[in-house]
Amino acid sequence: MPGLEDLYREIILDHYRTPRNRGELPIPPASVAQGHNPLCGDEITVYLQIDNDTVTDVKVGGQGCSISQSSASMMSQAVKGRSVADVKALVRRFKGMMSIEDTSGDGDDANTNPDDRPDLGDLEALQGVVKFPVRIKCATLAWNTLLDALDRPV
Amino acid sequence: MTPLSAFTSAAALPRLEAVDSIDVASVKSRFPLLQREIDNAPIHYLDSANSSQKPIEVIDAMSTFMKTSYAPINRSAYRLAAEATDAYESARARIARFVNAGSPDEIVFVKNATEALNLVAQSWGGAHLNAGDVVVLTHMEHHANIVPWHIMAARQGIELRWVPLTADGQLDLTDLDRLLDGAKVFAFTAMSNVLGTITPVAELCAAAHAAGALAVVDACQYVPHNVTDVQVWDADFAAFSSHKLCGPSGIGALWGRAELLDATPPFLGGGNMIADVRLDGYTPAPVPAKFEAGTPPITEVIGFGAAVDFLNEIGMERIHTHERELTAYALSSLAERFGGDIRMHGPANPALRGGVLSFAFRDLHPHDVSQVLDQRNVCVRAGHHCAKPLMRVLDVAATVRASWYLYNDRDDIDAMADALDGASDIFGF
Repeated sequence: MPGLEDLYREIILDHYRTPRNRGELPIPPASVAQGHNPLCGDEITVYLQIDNDTVTDVKVGGQGCSISQSSASMMSQAVKGRSVADVKALVRRFKGMMSIEDTSGDGDDANTNPDDRPDLGDLEALQGVVKFPVRIKCATLAWNTLLDALDRPV
Repeated sequence: MTPLSAFTSAAALPRLEAVDSIDVASVKSRFPLLQREIDNAPIHYLDSANSSQKPIEVIDAMSTFMKTSYAPINRSAYRLAAEATDAYESARARIARFVNAGSPDEIVFVKNATEALNLVAQSWGGAHLNAGDVVVLTHMEHHANIVPWHIMAARQGIELRWVPLTADGQLDLTDLDRLLDGAKVFAFTAMSNVLGTITPVAELCAAAHAAGALAVVDACQYVPHNVTDVQVWDADFAAFSSHKLCGPSGIGALWGRAELLDATPPFLGGGNMIADVRLDGYTPAPVPAKFEAGTPPITEVIGFGAAVDFLNEIGMERIHTHERELTAYALSSLAERFGGDIRMHGPANPALRGGVLSFAFRDLHPHDVSQVLDQRNVCVRAGHHCAKPLMRVLDVAATVRASWYLYNDRDDIDAMADALDGASDIFGF
Protein backbone atom coordinates (compact mmCIF):
# COMPACT_ATOMS: atom_id res chain seq x y z
CA MET A 1 0.00 0.00 0.00
CA PRO A 2 1.24 3.53 -0.73
CA GLY A 3 2.30 5.47 2.36
CA LEU A 4 -0.15 7.70 4.18
CA GLU A 5 2.15 10.68 3.48
CA ASP A 6 0.95 10.48 -0.15
CA LEU A 7 -2.60 11.00 1.08
CA TYR A 8 -2.27 13.31 4.05
CA ARG A 9 0.00 15.99 2.55
CA GLU A 10 0.70 18.98 4.77
CA ILE A 11 -1.32 21.37 2.59
CA ILE A 12 -4.32 19.04 2.87
CA LEU A 13 -4.06 18.93 6.64
CA ASP A 14 -3.71 22.74 6.69
CA HIS A 15 -6.98 23.17 4.75
CA TYR A 16 -8.63 20.53 6.98
CA ARG A 17 -7.62 22.30 10.20
CA THR A 18 -8.33 25.79 8.83
CA PRO A 19 -10.98 25.48 6.13
CA ARG A 20 -11.35 28.57 3.89
CA ASN A 21 -14.65 30.19 2.86
CA ARG A 22 -16.79 28.42 5.47
CA GLY A 23 -20.30 29.80 5.90
CA GLU A 24 -23.47 30.60 4.02
CA LEU A 25 -24.69 33.12 1.43
CA PRO A 26 -28.23 34.55 1.23
CA ILE A 27 -30.45 32.65 -1.23
CA PRO A 28 -31.36 34.30 -3.51
CA PRO A 29 -29.33 35.95 -4.95
CA ALA A 30 -26.92 33.03 -4.31
CA SER A 31 -27.65 29.49 -5.49
CA VAL A 32 -27.09 26.47 -3.27
CA ALA A 33 -26.67 22.72 -3.63
CA GLN A 34 -26.23 19.91 -1.12
CA GLY A 35 -24.13 16.81 -1.71
CA HIS A 36 -24.05 13.51 0.20
CA ASN A 37 -21.57 10.70 0.29
CA PRO A 38 -24.00 7.85 0.86
CA LEU A 39 -21.22 5.52 1.97
CA CYS A 40 -19.93 7.48 4.94
CA GLY A 41 -22.69 10.00 5.61
CA ASP A 42 -20.62 13.09 4.80
CA GLU A 43 -22.64 16.11 3.75
CA ILE A 44 -21.51 19.25 2.01
CA THR A 45 -23.35 22.45 1.05
CA VAL A 46 -22.01 24.82 -1.61
CA TYR A 47 -23.31 28.39 -1.95
CA LEU A 48 -22.45 30.25 -5.17
CA GLN A 49 -22.87 33.93 -5.96
CA ILE A 50 -22.71 34.45 -9.72
CA ASP A 51 -22.68 37.93 -11.24
CA ASN A 52 -22.28 38.54 -14.97
CA ASP A 53 -21.24 34.94 -15.56
CA THR A 54 -18.51 35.14 -12.93
CA VAL A 55 -18.36 33.39 -9.55
CA THR A 56 -17.99 36.39 -7.26
CA ASP A 57 -18.40 34.54 -3.97
CA VAL A 58 -18.53 30.97 -2.69
CA LYS A 59 -19.18 29.50 0.75
CA VAL A 60 -19.02 25.93 1.99
CA GLY A 61 -20.98 24.24 4.80
CA GLY A 62 -21.31 20.69 6.12
CA GLN A 63 -18.99 18.17 7.63
CA GLY A 64 -16.72 15.43 6.48
CA CYS A 65 -13.33 13.77 6.57
CA SER A 66 -9.98 15.48 5.98
CA ILE A 67 -10.05 14.69 2.26
CA SER A 68 -13.59 15.93 1.55
CA GLN A 69 -13.15 19.03 3.72
CA SER A 70 -9.74 20.04 2.36
CA SER A 71 -10.90 19.43 -1.21
CA ALA A 72 -13.93 21.68 -0.58
CA SER A 73 -11.73 24.36 0.97
CA MET A 74 -9.27 24.35 -1.93
CA MET A 75 -12.12 24.24 -4.43
CA SER A 76 -13.66 27.35 -2.88
CA GLN A 77 -10.38 29.24 -3.24
CA ALA A 78 -9.85 28.04 -6.78
CA VAL A 79 -13.24 29.02 -8.21
CA LYS A 80 -13.69 32.47 -6.70
CA GLY A 81 -13.35 35.17 -9.38
CA ARG A 82 -13.47 32.76 -12.30
CA SER A 83 -15.97 32.73 -15.16
CA VAL A 84 -18.54 29.94 -15.13
CA ALA A 85 -16.90 28.40 -18.22
CA ASP A 86 -13.51 28.47 -16.46
CA VAL A 87 -15.01 26.83 -13.37
CA LYS A 88 -16.49 24.03 -15.47
CA ALA A 89 -13.11 23.49 -17.14
CA LEU A 90 -11.49 23.38 -13.71
CA VAL A 91 -13.98 20.74 -12.54
CA ARG A 92 -13.12 18.65 -15.59
CA ARG A 93 -9.40 19.00 -14.93
CA PHE A 94 -9.83 18.08 -11.29
CA LYS A 95 -11.95 15.05 -12.06
CA GLY A 96 -9.43 14.09 -14.74
CA MET A 97 -6.73 14.14 -12.05
CA MET A 98 -9.02 11.82 -10.03
CA SER A 99 -9.10 9.47 -13.05
CA ILE A 100 -12.74 10.32 -13.78
CA GLU A 101 -13.74 11.01 -17.38
CA ASP A 102 -16.31 13.78 -17.23
CA THR A 103 -18.43 14.11 -20.32
CA SER A 104 -20.88 16.56 -18.78
CA GLY A 105 -20.79 20.32 -19.30
CA ASP A 106 -19.95 22.20 -22.42
CA GLY A 107 -16.63 22.47 -24.18
CA ASP A 108 -13.86 19.94 -24.46
CA ASP A 109 -10.71 20.39 -22.46
CA ALA A 110 -8.68 18.68 -25.16
CA ASN A 111 -9.64 21.37 -27.65
CA THR A 112 -8.67 24.18 -25.33
CA ASN A 113 -5.34 25.90 -25.79
CA PRO A 114 -3.14 24.51 -22.98
CA ASP A 115 -2.29 28.07 -21.92
CA ASP A 116 -5.98 28.74 -21.27
CA ARG A 117 -6.50 25.66 -19.07
CA PRO A 118 -7.05 26.57 -15.44
CA ASP A 119 -4.09 25.81 -13.22
CA LEU A 120 -4.89 23.34 -10.42
CA GLY A 121 -2.37 25.00 -8.06
CA ASP A 122 -2.69 23.71 -4.49
CA LEU A 123 -5.22 21.17 -5.70
CA GLU A 124 -2.35 19.13 -7.12
CA ALA A 125 -1.78 18.07 -3.50
CA LEU A 126 -4.87 15.86 -3.83
CA GLN A 127 -3.17 13.84 -6.58
CA GLY A 128 -2.22 11.18 -4.01
CA VAL A 129 -5.89 10.35 -3.42
CA VAL A 130 -5.90 8.38 -6.68
CA LYS A 131 -3.69 5.79 -4.97
CA PHE A 132 -6.48 5.24 -2.42
CA PRO A 133 -9.47 4.57 -4.70
CA VAL A 134 -12.05 4.39 -1.90
CA ARG A 135 -11.26 8.02 -1.05
CA ILE A 136 -11.83 9.43 -4.56
CA LYS A 137 -15.51 9.94 -3.70
CA CYS A 138 -14.44 12.01 -0.69
CA ALA A 139 -12.26 14.25 -2.88
CA THR A 140 -14.89 14.76 -5.58
CA LEU A 141 -17.91 15.35 -3.30
CA ALA A 142 -17.44 19.15 -3.20
CA TRP A 143 -16.86 19.31 -6.95
CA ASN A 144 -20.00 17.40 -7.88
CA THR A 145 -21.92 19.61 -5.47
CA LEU A 146 -20.37 22.66 -7.14
CA LEU A 147 -21.62 21.44 -10.53
CA ASP A 148 -25.11 21.03 -9.04
CA ALA A 149 -24.99 24.58 -7.67
CA LEU A 150 -23.90 25.92 -11.08
CA ASP A 151 -26.87 24.23 -12.71
CA ARG A 152 -29.40 25.52 -10.19
CA PRO A 153 -31.41 28.46 -11.45
CA VAL A 154 -31.41 31.22 -8.86
CA MET B 1 -0.23 -13.07 0.04
CA THR B 2 -0.57 -16.82 0.17
CA PRO B 3 -2.58 -18.15 -2.77
CA LEU B 4 -5.77 -19.93 -1.81
CA SER B 5 -4.64 -23.06 -3.62
CA ALA B 6 -2.04 -23.51 -0.89
CA PHE B 7 -4.81 -24.50 1.51
CA THR B 8 -5.61 -28.13 1.78
CA SER B 9 -8.76 -29.91 2.80
CA ALA B 10 -10.38 -29.69 6.21
CA ALA B 11 -8.88 -33.03 7.19
CA ALA B 12 -5.40 -31.51 7.18
CA LEU B 13 -6.40 -28.73 9.55
CA PRO B 14 -6.19 -29.15 13.32
CA ARG B 15 -9.44 -29.95 15.14
CA LEU B 16 -10.73 -27.81 17.93
CA GLU B 17 -10.30 -29.38 21.33
CA ALA B 18 -13.29 -29.60 23.60
CA VAL B 19 -12.42 -27.01 26.22
CA ASP B 20 -14.53 -24.46 28.00
CA SER B 21 -13.08 -21.38 26.43
CA ILE B 22 -12.38 -20.94 22.76
CA ASP B 23 -8.87 -21.71 21.57
CA VAL B 24 -8.66 -18.76 19.20
CA ALA B 25 -5.44 -19.88 17.51
CA SER B 26 -7.06 -23.19 16.64
CA VAL B 27 -10.31 -21.58 15.45
CA LYS B 28 -8.37 -19.04 13.40
CA SER B 29 -6.37 -21.78 11.69
CA ARG B 30 -9.63 -22.97 10.12
CA PHE B 31 -10.16 -19.60 8.38
CA PRO B 32 -7.92 -19.49 5.28
CA LEU B 33 -8.30 -15.75 4.75
CA LEU B 34 -7.06 -15.03 8.25
CA GLN B 35 -3.79 -16.79 7.35
CA ARG B 36 -3.18 -14.16 4.70
CA GLU B 37 -0.67 -11.39 5.29
CA ILE B 38 -0.74 -7.90 3.82
CA ASP B 39 2.58 -6.02 3.72
CA ASN B 40 4.11 -9.05 5.49
CA ALA B 41 1.92 -8.58 8.54
CA PRO B 42 -1.17 -10.37 9.84
CA ILE B 43 -4.71 -9.08 9.33
CA HIS B 44 -6.77 -7.87 12.28
CA TYR B 45 -10.29 -8.41 10.97
CA LEU B 46 -12.63 -6.35 13.15
CA ASP B 47 -15.55 -5.99 10.76
CA SER B 48 -17.62 -9.12 11.40
CA ALA B 49 -20.78 -7.14 12.20
CA ASN B 50 -20.54 -6.10 8.57
CA SER B 51 -19.72 -9.56 7.23
CA SER B 52 -17.85 -12.50 8.72
CA GLN B 53 -14.95 -14.54 7.35
CA LYS B 54 -15.47 -18.11 6.14
CA PRO B 55 -14.04 -21.33 7.65
CA ILE B 56 -12.55 -24.05 5.46
CA GLU B 57 -15.53 -26.29 6.30
CA VAL B 58 -17.91 -23.90 4.53
CA ILE B 59 -15.57 -23.35 1.60
CA ASP B 60 -15.06 -27.11 1.20
CA ALA B 61 -18.76 -27.93 1.53
CA MET B 62 -19.62 -25.54 -1.29
CA SER B 63 -16.70 -26.62 -3.44
CA THR B 64 -17.40 -30.33 -2.92
CA PHE B 65 -21.09 -29.86 -3.64
CA MET B 66 -20.32 -28.14 -6.93
CA LYS B 67 -17.68 -30.72 -7.85
CA THR B 68 -19.69 -33.84 -7.00
CA SER B 69 -23.39 -33.20 -6.33
CA TYR B 70 -24.60 -30.06 -8.08
CA ALA B 71 -27.96 -30.37 -9.83
CA PRO B 72 -31.21 -28.40 -9.99
CA ILE B 73 -33.52 -29.03 -7.07
CA ASN B 74 -37.21 -29.91 -6.80
CA ARG B 75 -37.94 -30.60 -10.45
CA SER B 76 -35.97 -33.40 -12.10
CA ALA B 77 -36.40 -37.15 -11.67
CA TYR B 78 -32.80 -38.34 -11.94
CA ARG B 79 -30.90 -39.48 -8.84
CA LEU B 80 -28.42 -36.57 -8.90
CA ALA B 81 -31.28 -34.06 -8.72
CA ALA B 82 -32.86 -35.95 -5.85
CA GLU B 83 -29.53 -35.92 -4.01
CA ALA B 84 -29.16 -32.16 -4.50
CA THR B 85 -32.74 -31.63 -3.31
CA ASP B 86 -32.05 -33.71 -0.19
CA ALA B 87 -28.89 -31.71 0.55
CA TYR B 88 -30.82 -28.44 0.15
CA GLU B 89 -33.67 -29.58 2.40
CA SER B 90 -31.23 -31.01 4.95
CA ALA B 91 -29.64 -27.55 5.23
CA ARG B 92 -33.09 -26.05 5.81
CA ALA B 93 -33.75 -28.56 8.62
CA ARG B 94 -30.40 -27.84 10.32
CA ILE B 95 -30.92 -24.08 10.06
CA ALA B 96 -34.43 -24.53 11.52
CA ARG B 97 -32.96 -26.41 14.51
CA PHE B 98 -30.28 -23.72 14.90
CA VAL B 99 -32.94 -21.15 15.82
CA ASN B 100 -35.38 -23.76 17.24
CA ALA B 101 -38.08 -23.19 14.62
CA GLY B 102 -41.22 -25.30 15.08
CA SER B 103 -40.60 -27.05 11.76
CA PRO B 104 -38.22 -26.80 8.76
CA ASP B 105 -41.14 -25.43 6.73
CA GLU B 106 -41.01 -22.31 8.87
CA ILE B 107 -37.65 -21.42 7.30
CA VAL B 108 -37.89 -19.51 4.01
CA PHE B 109 -34.68 -19.02 2.05
CA VAL B 110 -34.21 -15.45 0.90
CA LYS B 111 -31.24 -13.38 -0.30
CA ASN B 112 -30.49 -11.92 3.14
CA ALA B 113 -32.17 -10.43 6.21
CA THR B 114 -32.95 -7.31 4.18
CA GLU B 115 -35.03 -9.32 1.74
CA ALA B 116 -36.68 -11.18 4.63
CA LEU B 117 -37.83 -7.92 6.21
CA ASN B 118 -39.00 -6.59 2.83
CA LEU B 119 -41.01 -9.79 2.38
CA VAL B 120 -42.73 -9.30 5.72
CA ALA B 121 -43.41 -5.59 5.18
CA GLN B 122 -44.56 -5.86 1.59
CA SER B 123 -46.28 -9.25 1.44
CA TRP B 124 -47.67 -9.67 4.94
CA GLY B 125 -48.08 -5.91 5.30
CA GLY B 126 -49.53 -5.55 1.81
CA ALA B 127 -52.31 -7.99 2.70
CA HIS B 128 -52.92 -7.00 6.31
CA LEU B 129 -52.07 -3.30 6.76
CA ASN B 130 -54.41 -0.48 5.82
CA ALA B 131 -54.22 3.32 5.82
CA GLY B 132 -53.83 4.61 9.37
CA ASP B 133 -52.54 1.31 10.77
CA VAL B 134 -49.58 1.73 13.11
CA VAL B 135 -46.17 0.06 12.86
CA VAL B 136 -43.79 0.65 15.77
CA LEU B 137 -40.01 0.71 15.16
CA THR B 138 -37.07 1.82 17.30
CA HIS B 139 -34.41 4.49 16.93
CA MET B 140 -31.67 1.84 16.73
CA GLU B 141 -32.94 0.02 13.63
CA HIS B 142 -30.84 -0.73 10.58
CA HIS B 143 -32.12 0.80 7.34
CA ALA B 144 -33.28 -2.74 6.42
CA ASN B 145 -35.91 -2.51 9.17
CA ILE B 146 -36.84 1.10 8.41
CA VAL B 147 -37.00 1.64 4.65
CA PRO B 148 -39.36 -1.30 3.92
CA TRP B 149 -41.82 0.28 6.37
CA HIS B 150 -41.28 3.74 4.84
CA ILE B 151 -42.13 2.15 1.49
CA MET B 152 -45.33 0.76 3.01
CA ALA B 153 -46.09 4.16 4.56
CA ALA B 154 -45.84 5.76 1.11
CA ARG B 155 -47.80 2.97 -0.55
CA GLN B 156 -50.53 2.25 1.99
CA GLY B 157 -50.54 5.21 4.33
CA ILE B 158 -49.48 3.37 7.49
CA GLU B 159 -48.24 5.41 10.45
CA LEU B 160 -44.77 4.82 11.95
CA ARG B 161 -44.03 5.31 15.65
CA TRP B 162 -40.60 5.12 17.23
CA VAL B 163 -39.29 3.74 20.52
CA PRO B 164 -36.56 6.17 21.69
CA LEU B 165 -33.25 5.34 23.39
CA THR B 166 -31.85 5.94 26.85
CA ALA B 167 -28.62 7.90 27.29
CA ASP B 168 -26.56 4.69 27.40
CA GLY B 169 -28.02 3.31 24.19
CA GLN B 170 -30.72 0.94 25.41
CA LEU B 171 -34.36 1.03 24.33
CA ASP B 172 -36.31 3.48 26.48
CA LEU B 173 -39.41 1.40 27.23
CA THR B 174 -41.06 3.98 29.51
CA ASP B 175 -43.81 4.77 26.99
CA LEU B 176 -43.84 1.42 25.19
CA ASP B 177 -47.44 0.58 26.06
CA ARG B 178 -48.67 3.96 24.79
CA LEU B 179 -46.61 3.57 21.56
CA LEU B 180 -47.97 0.06 21.01
CA ASP B 181 -51.56 1.07 21.69
CA GLY B 182 -53.51 0.13 18.57
CA ALA B 183 -50.37 -1.02 16.69
CA LYS B 184 -50.48 -3.85 14.16
CA VAL B 185 -46.71 -4.54 14.08
CA PHE B 186 -43.75 -4.02 16.41
CA ALA B 187 -40.55 -4.52 14.40
CA PHE B 188 -37.27 -4.27 16.29
CA THR B 189 -33.70 -5.47 16.35
CA ALA B 190 -32.49 -8.16 18.74
CA MET B 191 -29.04 -6.55 18.71
CA SER B 192 -28.03 -3.13 17.41
CA ASN B 193 -25.45 -3.22 14.63
CA VAL B 194 -24.09 0.14 15.83
CA LEU B 195 -24.39 0.16 19.63
CA GLY B 196 -24.09 -3.59 20.21
CA THR B 197 -27.10 -3.33 22.54
CA ILE B 198 -28.94 -6.62 23.03
CA THR B 199 -32.64 -5.90 23.43
CA PRO B 200 -35.06 -7.81 25.73
CA VAL B 201 -36.64 -9.69 22.81
CA ALA B 202 -39.00 -11.95 24.78
CA GLU B 203 -40.27 -8.98 26.81
CA LEU B 204 -40.78 -6.93 23.63
CA CYS B 205 -42.63 -9.80 21.93
CA ALA B 206 -44.91 -10.12 24.97
CA ALA B 207 -45.60 -6.38 24.92
CA ALA B 208 -46.40 -6.52 21.20
CA HIS B 209 -48.81 -9.43 21.68
CA ALA B 210 -50.47 -7.77 24.67
CA ALA B 211 -51.26 -4.86 22.34
CA GLY B 212 -52.48 -7.20 19.59
CA ALA B 213 -49.45 -6.50 17.37
CA LEU B 214 -47.14 -8.90 15.54
CA ALA B 215 -43.52 -9.10 16.77
CA VAL B 216 -41.04 -8.92 13.86
CA VAL B 217 -37.43 -9.45 14.99
CA ASP B 218 -34.42 -8.30 12.99
CA ALA B 219 -32.11 -11.03 14.31
CA CYS B 220 -29.34 -10.46 11.77
CA GLN B 221 -26.73 -9.38 14.36
CA TYR B 222 -28.03 -11.64 17.13
CA VAL B 223 -28.21 -15.11 15.55
CA PRO B 224 -24.49 -15.37 14.62
CA HIS B 225 -23.37 -14.67 18.20
CA ASN B 226 -25.96 -16.12 20.59
CA VAL B 227 -28.09 -19.16 21.26
CA THR B 228 -31.33 -18.32 19.44
CA ASP B 229 -34.73 -19.78 20.28
CA VAL B 230 -37.57 -18.17 18.37
CA GLN B 231 -40.11 -20.18 20.39
CA VAL B 232 -38.77 -18.94 23.73
CA TRP B 233 -38.90 -15.43 22.27
CA ASP B 234 -42.49 -16.15 21.21
CA ALA B 235 -41.82 -14.01 18.12
CA ASP B 236 -43.85 -14.01 14.90
CA PHE B 237 -41.18 -13.38 12.28
CA ALA B 238 -37.37 -13.27 12.52
CA ALA B 239 -34.81 -12.40 9.84
CA PHE B 240 -31.13 -13.36 9.62
CA SER B 241 -28.33 -13.65 7.05
CA SER B 242 -25.81 -16.39 6.34
CA HIS B 243 -22.86 -14.12 5.56
CA LYS B 244 -22.68 -12.78 9.11
CA LEU B 245 -22.50 -16.30 10.61
CA CYS B 246 -19.49 -17.67 8.69
CA GLY B 247 -21.59 -18.69 5.69
CA PRO B 248 -21.65 -17.35 2.12
CA SER B 249 -23.30 -14.10 1.06
CA GLY B 250 -26.42 -14.11 -1.11
CA ILE B 251 -28.45 -16.32 1.19
CA GLY B 252 -30.42 -15.69 4.35
CA ALA B 253 -33.53 -16.87 6.13
CA LEU B 254 -36.92 -15.64 7.14
CA TRP B 255 -38.41 -17.60 10.00
CA GLY B 256 -42.14 -17.18 10.45
CA ARG B 257 -44.83 -18.97 12.44
CA ALA B 258 -46.46 -21.46 10.06
CA GLU B 259 -49.95 -19.94 10.23
CA LEU B 260 -48.55 -16.47 9.51
CA LEU B 261 -46.54 -17.68 6.52
CA ASP B 262 -49.72 -19.38 5.28
CA ALA B 263 -51.58 -16.06 5.60
CA THR B 264 -48.87 -14.15 3.72
CA PRO B 265 -49.24 -13.82 -0.07
CA PRO B 266 -46.25 -14.69 -2.30
CA PHE B 267 -43.49 -12.08 -2.58
CA LEU B 268 -42.08 -13.01 -6.01
CA GLY B 269 -43.91 -15.00 -8.64
CA GLY B 270 -42.36 -17.58 -10.97
CA GLY B 271 -41.29 -21.17 -11.14
CA ASN B 272 -41.14 -23.43 -8.06
CA MET B 273 -43.58 -21.28 -6.06
CA ILE B 274 -46.75 -22.62 -7.67
CA ALA B 275 -49.08 -25.59 -7.28
CA ASP B 276 -50.82 -24.79 -10.56
CA VAL B 277 -50.81 -22.11 -13.25
CA ARG B 278 -53.70 -21.58 -15.64
CA LEU B 279 -54.53 -18.95 -18.24
CA ASP B 280 -56.85 -17.32 -15.76
CA GLY B 281 -54.66 -17.44 -12.67
CA TYR B 282 -52.42 -19.50 -10.40
CA THR B 283 -52.47 -21.45 -7.16
CA PRO B 284 -49.40 -20.96 -4.94
CA ALA B 285 -47.39 -23.87 -3.55
CA PRO B 286 -47.48 -24.47 0.21
CA VAL B 287 -44.80 -22.77 2.35
CA PRO B 288 -41.88 -22.53 2.16
CA ALA B 289 -41.84 -23.11 -1.64
CA LYS B 290 -44.47 -20.37 -1.98
CA PHE B 291 -41.74 -17.83 -1.19
CA GLU B 292 -38.91 -19.40 -3.18
CA ALA B 293 -39.59 -18.44 -6.78
CA GLY B 294 -37.06 -19.44 -9.40
CA THR B 295 -33.87 -21.47 -8.99
CA PRO B 296 -32.50 -20.51 -5.57
CA PRO B 297 -28.81 -20.07 -4.66
CA ILE B 298 -28.44 -23.85 -4.14
CA THR B 299 -24.71 -23.94 -3.40
CA GLU B 300 -25.09 -21.02 -1.02
CA VAL B 301 -27.77 -22.91 0.93
CA ILE B 302 -25.31 -25.83 1.24
CA GLY B 303 -22.71 -23.36 2.58
CA PHE B 304 -25.27 -21.81 4.97
CA GLY B 305 -25.95 -25.29 6.39
CA ALA B 306 -22.23 -26.01 6.75
CA ALA B 307 -21.77 -22.70 8.60
CA VAL B 308 -24.46 -23.63 11.11
CA ASP B 309 -22.79 -27.05 11.62
CA PHE B 310 -19.45 -25.30 12.19
CA LEU B 311 -20.91 -22.91 14.77
CA ASN B 312 -22.73 -25.78 16.52
CA GLU B 313 -19.49 -27.74 16.76
CA ILE B 314 -17.77 -24.84 18.52
CA GLY B 315 -20.87 -24.02 20.54
CA MET B 316 -22.93 -20.85 20.53
CA GLU B 317 -22.67 -20.44 24.30
CA ARG B 318 -18.88 -20.53 24.11
CA ILE B 319 -18.89 -18.07 21.23
CA HIS B 320 -21.14 -15.69 23.16
CA THR B 321 -18.99 -15.97 26.29
CA HIS B 322 -15.79 -15.42 24.32
CA GLU B 323 -17.19 -12.30 22.67
CA ARG B 324 -18.47 -10.90 25.94
CA GLU B 325 -15.01 -11.29 27.47
CA LEU B 326 -13.50 -9.48 24.48
CA THR B 327 -16.10 -6.73 24.77
CA ALA B 328 -15.29 -6.24 28.44
CA TYR B 329 -11.59 -6.14 27.58
CA ALA B 330 -12.10 -3.62 24.76
CA LEU B 331 -14.27 -1.31 26.88
CA SER B 332 -11.85 -1.29 29.79
CA SER B 333 -8.52 -1.29 27.92
CA LEU B 334 -9.51 1.46 25.48
CA ALA B 335 -10.93 3.62 28.28
CA GLU B 336 -7.78 3.12 30.34
CA ARG B 337 -5.46 3.90 27.45
CA PHE B 338 -7.25 6.85 25.87
CA GLY B 339 -9.46 8.28 28.65
CA GLY B 340 -11.52 11.20 27.38
CA ASP B 341 -9.97 10.96 23.91
CA ILE B 342 -12.24 8.05 23.05
CA ARG B 343 -16.03 8.27 23.23
CA MET B 344 -17.63 4.83 23.16
CA HIS B 345 -21.31 4.49 22.27
CA GLY B 346 -23.74 1.98 23.76
CA PRO B 347 -24.18 0.37 27.19
CA ALA B 348 -21.18 0.51 29.54
CA ASN B 349 -22.11 -2.91 30.94
CA PRO B 350 -20.65 -5.62 28.66
CA ALA B 351 -23.41 -8.03 29.72
CA LEU B 352 -25.94 -5.84 27.91
CA ARG B 353 -24.18 -5.92 24.56
CA GLY B 354 -22.66 -8.07 21.86
CA GLY B 355 -19.24 -7.78 20.22
CA VAL B 356 -19.79 -4.44 18.51
CA LEU B 357 -18.14 -1.18 19.54
CA SER B 358 -18.81 2.16 17.87
CA PHE B 359 -16.66 5.07 18.92
CA ALA B 360 -15.35 8.54 18.18
CA PHE B 361 -11.62 9.14 18.57
CA ARG B 362 -10.54 12.67 19.45
CA ASP B 363 -11.78 15.01 16.71
CA LEU B 364 -10.78 12.68 13.92
CA HIS B 365 -13.27 11.83 11.25
CA PRO B 366 -14.08 8.08 11.23
CA HIS B 367 -13.06 7.82 7.58
CA ASP B 368 -9.60 9.14 8.42
CA VAL B 369 -9.35 6.84 11.45
CA SER B 370 -10.16 3.75 9.40
CA GLN B 371 -7.65 4.83 6.72
CA VAL B 372 -4.90 5.01 9.32
CA LEU B 373 -5.96 1.71 10.94
CA ASP B 374 -5.89 0.05 7.53
CA GLN B 375 -2.22 0.96 7.27
CA ARG B 376 -1.72 -1.48 10.20
CA ASN B 377 -4.05 -4.09 8.64
CA VAL B 378 -6.77 -3.29 11.18
CA CYS B 379 -10.07 -3.65 9.30
CA VAL B 380 -12.92 -1.62 10.83
CA ARG B 381 -16.01 0.02 9.39
CA ALA B 382 -16.29 3.78 9.24
CA GLY B 383 -19.56 5.42 8.36
CA HIS B 384 -23.21 5.53 9.32
CA HIS B 385 -23.57 1.71 9.34
CA CYS B 386 -26.89 1.91 7.50
CA ALA B 387 -28.44 3.53 10.55
CA LYS B 388 -28.73 7.22 9.66
CA PRO B 389 -31.67 7.90 12.01
CA LEU B 390 -29.55 6.54 14.88
CA MET B 391 -26.59 8.71 13.78
CA ARG B 392 -28.89 11.75 14.09
CA VAL B 393 -30.01 10.63 17.57
CA LEU B 394 -26.35 10.26 18.61
CA ASP B 395 -25.67 13.64 16.94
CA VAL B 396 -22.77 12.31 14.88
CA ALA B 397 -22.34 12.02 11.12
CA ALA B 398 -20.56 8.69 11.38
CA THR B 399 -18.66 6.45 13.79
CA VAL B 400 -15.76 4.04 13.71
CA ARG B 401 -17.07 0.55 14.43
CA ALA B 402 -14.97 -2.41 15.50
CA SER B 403 -16.69 -5.78 15.84
CA TRP B 404 -15.38 -9.19 16.83
CA TYR B 405 -16.21 -12.83 16.45
CA LEU B 406 -14.97 -16.26 17.45
CA TYR B 407 -11.66 -15.80 15.56
CA ASN B 408 -10.63 -12.55 17.28
CA ASP B 409 -8.60 -12.15 20.43
CA ARG B 410 -7.08 -9.46 22.62
CA ASP B 411 -4.21 -9.01 20.15
CA ASP B 412 -6.69 -7.62 17.63
CA ILE B 413 -8.02 -5.07 20.13
CA ASP B 414 -4.46 -4.12 21.12
CA ALA B 415 -3.44 -3.74 17.46
CA MET B 416 -6.34 -1.35 16.97
CA ALA B 417 -5.33 0.66 20.04
CA ASP B 418 -1.71 0.87 18.84
CA ALA B 419 -2.90 2.05 15.43
CA LEU B 420 -5.12 4.71 17.05
CA ASP B 421 -2.00 6.17 18.64
CA GLY B 422 -0.57 6.50 15.14
CA ALA B 423 -3.68 8.37 13.98
CA SER B 424 -3.18 11.18 16.47
CA ASP B 425 0.42 11.62 15.32
CA ILE B 426 -0.57 12.16 11.68
CA PHE B 427 -3.29 14.70 12.34
CA GLY B 428 -1.42 16.48 15.11
CA PHE B 429 -4.40 16.71 17.42
